[in-house]
Amino acid sequence: MGATVSQGKEQAQAIQPWQGFRTGLWQTEINVRDFIQQNYEPYEGDETFLAPATPRTVGIWDKLQALFVEERKKGVLDVSQVPASITAHGPGYIDRDKELIVGLQTDAPLKRAIMPNGGLRMVLNALKAYGYEPDPQVVATFTKYRKTHNEGVFDAYTSDVRKCRKSHVLTGLPDAYGRGRIIGDYRRVALYGVNRLIERKEAEKRSLDTAMSTDEVIRDREELAEQIRALKELSQMAASYGFDISRPAASAQEAVQWLYFGYLAGVKEQNGAAMSLGRTSTFLDIYFERDLAAGRITEERAQEIVDDFVIKLRIVRFLRTPEYDDLFAGDPTWVTESIGGMGDDGRSLVTKTSFRLLQTLYNLGPAPEPNLTIWYSPRLPEGFRRFSAKVAIDTSSLQFESDEIMRRTWGDDGAIACCVSPMLMGKQMQFFGARANLAKCLLYAINGGRDEISGEQIAPASTPVTGEYLDFDDVIVRFEKMMDWLAGVYVNAMNVIHYMHDKYAYERVEMALHDYDPLRTMAFGMAGLSVVADSLSAIKHAKVRVLRDPTGLVTDYQTEGDFPFFGNNDNRVDQLASWTVSTFMSKLRKYPTYRHALHTQSVLTITSNVVYGKATGNTPDGRRRGEPFAPGANPMHGRDSHGIHASAASVAKIPYRDAADGISLTASLLPEGLGRIPSDRITNLTAILDAFFGSTGYHMNVNVLNRDVLLDAMDHPEKYPHLTIRVSGYAVNFVRLTREQQMDVISRTFHGAAPNA
Amino acid sequence: MPERDTVERPSLVAKSPFELRVNLGKDVPESDVRSALATGDMGFLHSFTTGSAVDGPGIRVVAWTTGCQFRCLYCHNPDTWTMTNGIPVTVVKAAAELGKYREGLKVMAGGFTLSGGEPLMQHRFAVKLFSAAKTMGIHTALDTNGFLGHQLSDDELEKIDLVLLDLKTWDNERHRRLTGMDVGPVHAFARRLAERKRPVWVRYVLVPGLTDDPDDIAKTAGFAAGLGNVERVDVLPFHQMGQFKWKSLGIPYELESTPTPSADLVERTVTQFRTVGLRAH
Repeated sequence: MGATVSQGKEQAQAIQPWQGFRTGLWQTEINVRDFIQQNYEPYEGDETFLAPATPRTVGIWDKLQALFVEERKKGVLDVSQVPASITAHGPGYIDRDKELIVGLQTDAPLKRAIMPNGGLRMVLNALKAYGYEPDPQVVATFTKYRKTHNEGVFDAYTSDVRKCRKSHVLTGLPDAYGRGRIIGDYRRVALYGVNRLIERKEAEKRSLDTAMSTDEVIRDREELAEQIRALKELSQMAASYGFDISRPAASAQEAVQWLYFGYLAGVKEQNGAAMSLGRTSTFLDIYFERDLAAGRITEERAQEIVDDFVIKLRIVRFLRTPEYDDLFAGDPTWVTESIGGMGDDGRSLVTKTSFRLLQTLYNLGPAPEPNLTIWYSPRLPEGFRRFSAKVAIDTSSLQFESDEIMRRTWGDDGAIACCVSPMLMGKQMQFFGARANLAKCLLYAINGGRDEISGEQIAPASTPVTGEYLDFDDVIVRFEKMMDWLAGVYVNAMNVIHYMHDKYAYERVEMALHDYDPLRTMAFGMAGLSVVADSLSAIKHAKVRVLRDPTGLVTDYQTEGDFPFFGNNDNRVDQLASWTVSTFMSKLRKYPTYRHALHTQSVLTITSNVVYGKATGNTPDGRRRGEPFAPGANPMHGRDSHGIHASAASVAKIPYRDAADGISLTASLLPEGLGRIPSDRITNLTAILDAFFGSTGYHMNVNVLNRDVLLDAMDHPEKYPHLTIRVSGYAVNFVRLTREQQMDVISRTFHGAAPNA
Repeated sequence: MPERDTVERPSLVAKSPFELRVNLGKDVPESDVRSALATGDMGFLHSFTTGSAVDGPGIRVVAWTTGCQFRCLYCHNPDTWTMTNGIPVTVVKAAAELGKYREGLKVMAGGFTLSGGEPLMQHRFAVKLFSAAKTMGIHTALDTNGFLGHQLSDDELEKIDLVLLDLKTWDNERHRRLTGMDVGPVHAFARRLAERKRPVWVRYVLVPGLTDDPDDIAKTAGFAAGLGNVERVDVLPFHQMGQFKWKSLGIPYELESTPTPSADLVERTVTQFRTVGLRAH
């Protein structure tokens, strides 16, 4: 500490990229966290310093508006059938002379690339859906000469996995597309330049020379070789835009550009389900502060650079099928950026650039991407907490996650991948995979493994429940057994998927921006938690009579008497929810994972709660066949009847240790329910967040919306092109949801003003 | 496996305050009702909610009692008029439920609001509940029409950190037509609160054609300003959300064609309160 780098010895050039930075471990090792800790300046003030959009920024954004309209009309604007890679496409621009940050996935904005390594079928279906003839050369290459991830997976799936996939008790497995949820530490490109990163990877590879060539070692060597190749391609790609990123970035604009090139290389090559950005704002702030202090840039220019960067993040596109888009509500890319949080030393990690990123929602208007995620702690400076609350109220485009829980568990340089999945930057990755439909699993337990809709035997046959009424103890024993079986099939599927993904669609550049041998988690998921909890509550606290069809299959339930619902801070049912999460987790842990990954689990559904519900029969809680589940860990619609404090308290009881990949709560609030005047609303939302994250709350999506506006938007989508709402970890354009999803959002509990007598 | 516990009567597992509730306490013998009222060990609640940002400062837990002697033409919870429409709840049980939110209420600078119905119809229950809240360090607010304020002793007033006082209208004839009762006791309670220096927020429901007379509002505003303890005035625009309850209960509803007040009317009314030096919204 104290000393600053005055000589960039590594650099022969006149530019001294590290000049003025405080020295530290970061110079001798790849250690971005240390660089941040030594050099950042916490910001304790409010938002008054921020600059509005300049005419330059507005001009670029307006150019895109016309393209957005056409894209919405056609589904996709244009497709390039050159199979994607980091260097497959030449440079592309929106407005070459005016852009401050450059780089597109293909050679034109919104033009989508094909990425057949994940699976050719997905590519062909998508092309067909949007009226494109596939290039025969590509088809030949990826059928005759080159196998894809998708084919590999289906070669190795077991019959159980196929059955569960078909019956939808397991849904959304990333077996036909990129798995995503891997975040490269793109900051490394800016801080070190690519050459230094290549040297490091070469050293890591050399360190394996003395190891015996077992399966594992061979795989590691091959992966490292691919990583080095990807880094070289990254340099080439940047060079095609006229930048030499072999050296470290020397200014704020360069730092953003370098970092973005790293990210761009990732999204040029991988159609991952979630392609998140990481935690970049405070890192970048160090460069902005240096340039501002030296008078090289103004606040206005700093904001322009951030705005331009965010414009690029907003136009990341992948070619996917309309069915995929239906499942995930629109065209999600989950360019998640983690903002704020506290450092281990007790200083807040909020900087002016944290504010600048939020400011883009005013300068460019609300939008689902990038998925701006506040790492919230009641200890964050008041100015930032209030500004985040204000932005959430004004735009419904923020999500909040517990900095307290994630920092305690993983460390203070973590980021969210996708919606709620935390990982340490450059030191941790995850094998993502889908969800188990636990409501359906409960029905299988009642029906001896037969599917309640098709009647087919999916799980190994066992005796179904007998008698007229369900007995709680009996159902619990059966449910545990069924969870055990399902967990086994699930781990089996995930192991196959990730083995094949590593083999056929390896994330070369993203993994090149990780340490060697990072911590790997295998992130399982569950859907239907509140349906299960309420069903178990009905069986336990009321009397549930079963109704059978002529084949003996239980297809419906009649409940006599009252029972408590999840979401009312009532332990009689809340403990059933927690028990379900912990029990399923303990079942998953019993089965070994690919690459010895650490088992984790999320309670998250995004918008797939609608399709899960569609595939699930009547449940003992009174939910009808086909009715959507609640999203994530939310209580069922309308059953959390005691307001948001009670509802959130129930969800906050779910033990994080058994759901370490995240627990999602979506809160919809009426503006007038937050207070009578705007300043009250900011104070009150801040208070709600302080209380939730000051206890054991993990995640909260905040929608502050008027139900009437949503109803109007359903009938007049043209009036609301940018209406953004948050659903379980992700923000979407409301008008791009299917009608079913729109109805689901509207039927969800709105916590509003209670009547005052 | 989860522990089995004894199934309790789901007494506080109430539904939403927006729902109609009738006869939930009809099975309680009359002698029990009487002794409950006399001791305050038990009360009748319509429902409760958490996370309210519009019933006093901060984010609050709000419970609505049943039983009211007013018959306001614009009442949106007429099912709270009759005490036995509510659920019988012991003070112990209600305080235990409130206690679950103790920490959160402190963080959120909120507290507990007892509304109704008219809570002072069950003033012993109200006082016991407020005492329990104070013991837990929870801020307390009473939302009242003020008519029964004389039932509270000076010591009991100290258990109430804030009174949300509903002033309906100034003119007694109009007040009688609007609520069925005289305005005098309301004003007397307001003066007493002022003498005791107890903080008050005035709530004024603005109903076009009924409570929008500028002269009448000016008098109410002048009175409120003269008290010296009114920290804030909330002008609450009339709405039709309670209409369905009148219909379901078969009570003739006079305001079917009454519109919600225009933004201009709301603004004019707020300004009237501000003109006399009050903080009004």
